[in-house]
Amino acid sequence: MTFAETVRINLGAIWARARVRVVASWREKSWVVGETIFPFLAMSAFVLVYRGLKAPPIYEAFVVLGGAMIAYWNNVLWSMASQFFWEKEQGQLQLYLITPVSRMSILLGMALGGIVMTTSRAVVILVGGVLLFHVPLPLDRALPAFGLFLLTLGAVYSLGMILSSLFLLWGREAWYTATLFQEPIHLVSGFYFPVRTLGTIGAGLAALLPITLGLDGIRQIFYGEAAHGFLPLAWIPPIQVALLVLFVFLAQRALATMENLGKREGRLTLRGG
Amino acid sequence: MSHGRSPAAVETNALTRTFGARRKEREVVALQGVDLRVERGECFGLLGPNGAGKTTLIKILTTLLLPTSGGATVAGFDVVRDPLNVRRRINMVSGGDSSGYGILTVRETLDLFARLYGVPGAEARRRADALLAMTGLAEKADTRLSNLSTGMKQKLNFARGFMSDPEIIFLDEPTLGLDVEASRDVRAFIARWVRERPERSVLLTTHYMVEADELCGRVAIIDKGRILALDTPHALKRSVPMEPVFELQVGSGGAELDGLRDVLGIRSISHHAHPATGAIELKIVVDEDQVIGEVLGKLKAMGAPVLHLAKSEPTLETVFIHMVGRGLTDEPAPDSETS
Repeated sequence: MTFAETVRINLGAIWARARVRVVASWREKSWVVGETIFPFLAMSAFVLVYRGLKAPPIYEAFVVLGGAMIAYWNNVLWSMASQFFWEKEQGQLQLYLITPVSRMSILLGMALGGIVMTTSRAVVILVGGVLLFHVPLPLDRALPAFGLFLLTLGAVYSLGMILSSLFLLWGREAWYTATLFQEPIHLVSGFYFPVRTLGTIGAGLAALLPITLGLDGIRQIFYGEAAHGFLPLAWIPPIQVALLVLFVFLAQRALATMENLGKREGRLTLRGG
Repeated sequence: MSHGRSPAAVETNALTRTFGARRKEREVVALQGVDLRVERGECFGLLGPNGAGKTTLIKILTTLLLPTSGGATVAGFDVVRDPLNVRRRINMVSGGDSSGYGILTVRETLDLFARLYGVPGAEARRRADALLAMTGLAEKADTRLSNLSTGMKQKLNFARGFMSDPEIIFLDEPTLGLDVEASRDVRAFIARWVRERPERSVLLTTHYMVEADELCGRVAIIDKGRILALDTPHALKRSVPMEPVFELQVGSGGAELDGLRDVLGIRSISHHAHPATGAIELKIVVDEDQVIGEVLGKLKAMGAPVLHLAKSEPTLETVFIHMVGRGLTDEPAPDSETS
């Protein structure tokens, strides 16, 4: 098989796997409601609390941006990290593993599909927040913010690729593990408040997560000093690039390790005999 | 491993797989020194009861599991050292499983798996149409998987395996859980696929004798991880030492049938009246085939008209029982060491 043929097949695999997510996000009406309206209500609750406490209006903007970003983290945990585990439980993982495409293409397809799927929720929260609560969003700074947003998504979903392999090996505990990664990270990532509030050590640890750093940077791009940023804005893009490269490398290693271990111990499939 | 011949579709050499030893559990031996060669263009059957090691062998050959020792090649490529080249040439269907996502339609599911094998769009559509027609799913092409019955999902899974038009297909109990009619359709499709593509190969595992007998040019009988016999179904059946057994039905107007016992060469004879027709059904074991001529002559002399005569042939089940000491569907002995 030529290099061009290999590229063609893998691009096809990325598209095919992404398409499952994209189709799912629009075909299932209950999902559209559950993934857009309900998270919007959750975000609204935080806005109303800040309003009730007479917090500075900038805090409402923190909540809206955090509410949009939290959607991606939840997608990484529930639809990315846990996916291989569920695929295995359904007997589907082996069908992917016997195909001649790279496992990274399957993961990349899942990630891209997840991003498209989740963007609808993020857009509803963002647009709804701006229109309904009159949250200030300086559009003249949207382009650099969008650039950092894309970089952050790259790092976050690369982390999701690593977790996907690890969750598969952790097996039955995937559900509990996802919950473990969800609530504490919701707390420390500063989705609804500036992460600097956690103190240097707390914020430093939270900043190991690309979503925390990305959110911190995007808020700084939009609101400058008022964003109470943790790290200087200039540091954040290079750190995100470094995390992206590191996570992609680790994801490849984790995937290869998972597959080899699974093939050695017979843990990639369910049926025996 | 090629012995100077062209690469076999499948070749295994002292293939062994054990489970459990790493975790200090009791070691389970799933495959013990399996030597096998499946030629190109062959439909090869692996017949054995549940837990014989059939699925373990398929998993190794499809690169999903590593052997503990020994080796295996598929289309001439080593399953451990060159799995990518193996995967380009194979596909697999596990009976009882379903594939795809509930949110996708039948056609979208086939398209998904076609893309994973790089099948161009137009060709994928052509193959999907043909497979949907064969499996009787054409009318369900635009139905979501979540709205299909279990049997339909299994048929779709079967169609999925052929979307890549593989050089070698592994069918692991392909009719498991299907109703009689669907099983017959699946067997007919496999037979046609092999006939129309003489260069393609099938490795079929089953514990249904009819399936192996009907489809396979050669059959290996496997139990407790060991290949016990390997030959054509006909040769396997002939290998079982079995005295000739004839089944007759004679009209109820016959005289005393016990008189038949006087015929030389009859080893045993049993008879009973058919509850509905009143005809007498006889089962006669003889020393050699020629004896039945004398039996027929005696019946004629008794005035008992012969309505039906058939010679019982050994089946693959008979072969299995002869070799293993139990039936294909019987549970193995409690001290079994295989999985």
